[in-house]
Amino acid sequence: MIVLNVNGTKRQVDAAPGNPLLWVLRDNLGITSVKYTCGIAECGMCTVLIDGQARRSCVVNVEDVLESEITTIEGLPENHPVKVAWIEKQVPQCGYCQPGIMLQTVDFLSREPNPTEEQINNEMDHMICRCGTHPRIKKAIQMAAEMTAKQGG
Amino acid sequence: MNTHMTRRDFLKKSSLVVAAAALPGKLNIFNASLVLAHAGTSFKPHAFLEIATDDTITVWMGQTNLGQGTHTGIPMIIADELDAPWEKIQVRMALAAEPFKSPVWHVQVTGGSSSIRHRWDMLREVGAAARGMLVETASEKWGIPPKKCVTKEGKVIHPDGRSLTYGQLAKAAGKRPVPENPPLKSPKDYRIIGTQRNRLDIPDKVMGKTVYGIDFTLPGMCIAVVARPPRYGAVSRSYNAEAAMAVKGVIKVVPLENRIAVCAETTYAAMQGRNALEIKWSDGSHPDLNDDTLDALYKAHLEKSGAVAQKSGDVKKALAGAAQTIEQSYKLPYISHAQAEPINCTAHVEKERCRLWIPTQAQTATQLTASKLTGLPVEKVEVMTTPAGGGFGLRGEQDPVEDSVLLSKTLNRPVKVIQSREDEFANDCFRPASQCRIKAGLDKGGRLVAWSHKVAAPSVMSRKMPQYVKNNIDSDAVSGIRDMPYSLPNLLVNYVMVNLPITVGWWRSVGYSVNVFTVESFMDEMAHAAGKDPIQFRLDHMKKGSRPYNILSLLAEKGGWGSPVSKGRARGVAVTSCFESFAAHMAEVSVSKKGKITVHKMVCALDCGTAVYPDAIRAQAEAGVVMGLSVAFYEKVSFANGGVKTANYDDYPILTMSEVPDIEVHIARNNLKAGGIGEPVFPSVAPAVANAVFRATGIRLRELPFKRELLIRG
Ligand code: FES
Ligand code: FES
Repeated sequence: MIVLNVNGTKRQVDAAPGNPLLWVLRDNLGITSVKYTCGIAECGMCTVLIDGQARRSCVVNVEDVLESEITTIEGLPENHPVKVAWIEKQVPQCGYCQPGIMLQTVDFLSREPNPTEEQINNEMDHMICRCGTHPRIKKAIQMAAEMTAKQGG
Repeated sequence: MNTHMTRRDFLKKSSLVVAAAALPGKLNIFNASLVLAHAGTSFKPHAFLEIATDDTITVWMGQTNLGQGTHTGIPMIIADELDAPWEKIQVRMALAAEPFKSPVWHVQVTGGSSSIRHRWDMLREVGAAARGMLVETASEKWGIPPKKCVTKEGKVIHPDGRSLTYGQLAKAAGKRPVPENPPLKSPKDYRIIGTQRNRLDIPDKVMGKTVYGIDFTLPGMCIAVVARPPRYGAVSRSYNAEAAMAVKGVIKVVPLENRIAVCAETTYAAMQGRNALEIKWSDGSHPDLNDDTLDALYKAHLEKSGAVAQKSGDVKKALAGAAQTIEQSYKLPYISHAQAEPINCTAHVEKERCRLWIPTQAQTATQLTASKLTGLPVEKVEVMTTPAGGGFGLRGEQDPVEDSVLLSKTLNRPVKVIQSREDEFANDCFRPASQCRIKAGLDKGGRLVAWSHKVAAPSVMSRKMPQYVKNNIDSDAVSGIRDMPYSLPNLLVNYVMVNLPITVGWWRSVGYSVNVFTVESFMDEMAHAAGKDPIQFRLDHMKKGSRPYNILSLLAEKGGWGSPVSKGRARGVAVTSCFESFAAHMAEVSVSKKGKITVHKMVCALDCGTAVYPDAIRAQAEAGVVMGLSVAFYEKVSFANGGVKTANYDDYPILTMSEVPDIEVHIARNNLKAGGIGEPVFPSVAPAVANAVFRATGIRLRELPFKRELLIRG
């Protein structure tokens, strides 16, 4: 048995230590907001926060995060600036890529609370959205940054 | 959002239920409440609209939610005609059923930008009919003529100010006949159509609550991954079932015809088990097939005369008499859907019924496939359509249905079949590659006198609907040419069918995705040869005041066509007319000496008739630009050794954030029939960029994806 700390709760799982975190979250814990798309760290759709840092869970072995806090999209409060901005800017189309992109944004804004457009481009250049929601993602990131600044971090 | 509801819940409520049935050639709105009251358990006239006594108004959806906005747009139309309060509307996905078939195609399908386009009258009539029944019920109660009553926000109002809510009237209204030809609102009275609404499915998507097909689970379910041949026509010579079974969690290895399934307790175990099979495949039927041989094969096909797909006037004679003729060839690759959510399907085959949970774009086909494999009648095949993580035309394919049904039968338990991303690329039904040669002539005044266009391309229709292929002509393969928005006195379109084992399928905008690039690029070449402005030249060949004419004029105006551009930049345009809508794009680009193209801005003008849900239209138009640029710059599937070489996103790059330009969308205002949106906003993106590149550099790009090396100067 392995114990994982997911969204503030300790969860026991029967999984091999070498299994990718993505599949442990989806298969064993039923947290399906974490998406499988490429499995090779190319798309970013499986992104979760590990101790606040965005990581691609398809290439993270579960044994490496036993001591860590894992956050998935459910772990963010419903009024989190990123969630509010994503709804306000009507970002998702199919929505499949969005949890990963939103979690990447949370990490990004913690590093760059006031990002320039170029910084947004660079950060988001490694995420795939096949539906083409990019213009709205950009607006939502800017809005989330402003909201966070107003709330005083 | 709870999108599932059991049949019993549905029947239990007393309510007004309005359904629609599309009989060939006839549309029939009927009152399902009456039928439901007497229904046996097997009758399933799922309805569009259900008004419950507690005032909740449910719109049942038959169209797939791919994120395109129809799950909000359709309710908007019904709610508007019904005069319903928007806040009371809830949306539920219905099981596949007759009433959800397209009144035009008579199958339930989400594709061809048809969800609203095919139901524009029907949806309004559903709302208007229900409103009529509620008004009649109230007026009868009050003993006044219906004309004296008005409706507002879910209430029927008496001239003296009294009112009854729709919920209070629902039960009695459910006993009334449906009025024939209920009067529809005049567009000036729309309160919901054409307004800003938040998409109803977005909150769940943002909170991570949406259950896509791939996320679906059932008690006792197992998961299967299916290994298919990596090369066309290959068969498995040997495989190691023991090694697969040795993987913890693997339940069974099931060889199916020409493919091998590994079933396991978890997805990861199934994937590992499949890798452990180490299948030895034969070389297959076309070991020499690769990018180079394909190119040569297409070229050879272009030398054949092919079938005449369209002919008007005498092209040969007109070209002979032209003051100037130009001939050029164009080339487009196979491209992949590359939708985010891998293909999947969950099936549970039981003795008396078969249930399927699938993000399908083709419910009727899914029912038929499962019915055939199980021997159960179609009514015993329940298809629950889950939200889909993209589709773009791929999700009508039946492989996952077949696999999951066969495996559920074999294992006698629910089975979810999932494709890995590598399987996705290897087994995609690609947008066909195409090569073409165009020759056109101008008269002395610079007017087009003739256009001859020969296309060599595979036929999607031959696989999907062979009955529509007549005399070797797949009309989809030449769409965008035979119906280009220009009036030409002499037009000849030839089609040479390319038959290959590569599976081709429908892909956003189908034939237009190919042919608008070539037509619009060549139109630009002709404008240049004629010494004319590219927009003026196009307008000169359109009927003045026609919809394409107007949309191109709107683009010119909104995009500032005549205004100066910053140094080093240039603009280009292209126009599309398809799926009963008209789109035009203007690209503003610059090209570095090293050949890097930067798109600074894209302007899209769109006439899609009545703009039901403007924000969703805008979202689609933005998405069309992003996908159009992705296809222009990067997308190409490669082949080697008789199979698909492209394996994953690392060798199939998709455009990302830094290359997404500023996008401006202008929607034409009119009250015409609602046209398509998802597809028309795509085709003219790439040619607008190529045409802008030509104006910036004098270099013409005649191949997709663009070859940067052609643009290296100095
Ligand atoms: S699934 Fe992990 S990056 Fe694509
Ligand atoms: S919203 Fe569909 S992939 Fe991004």
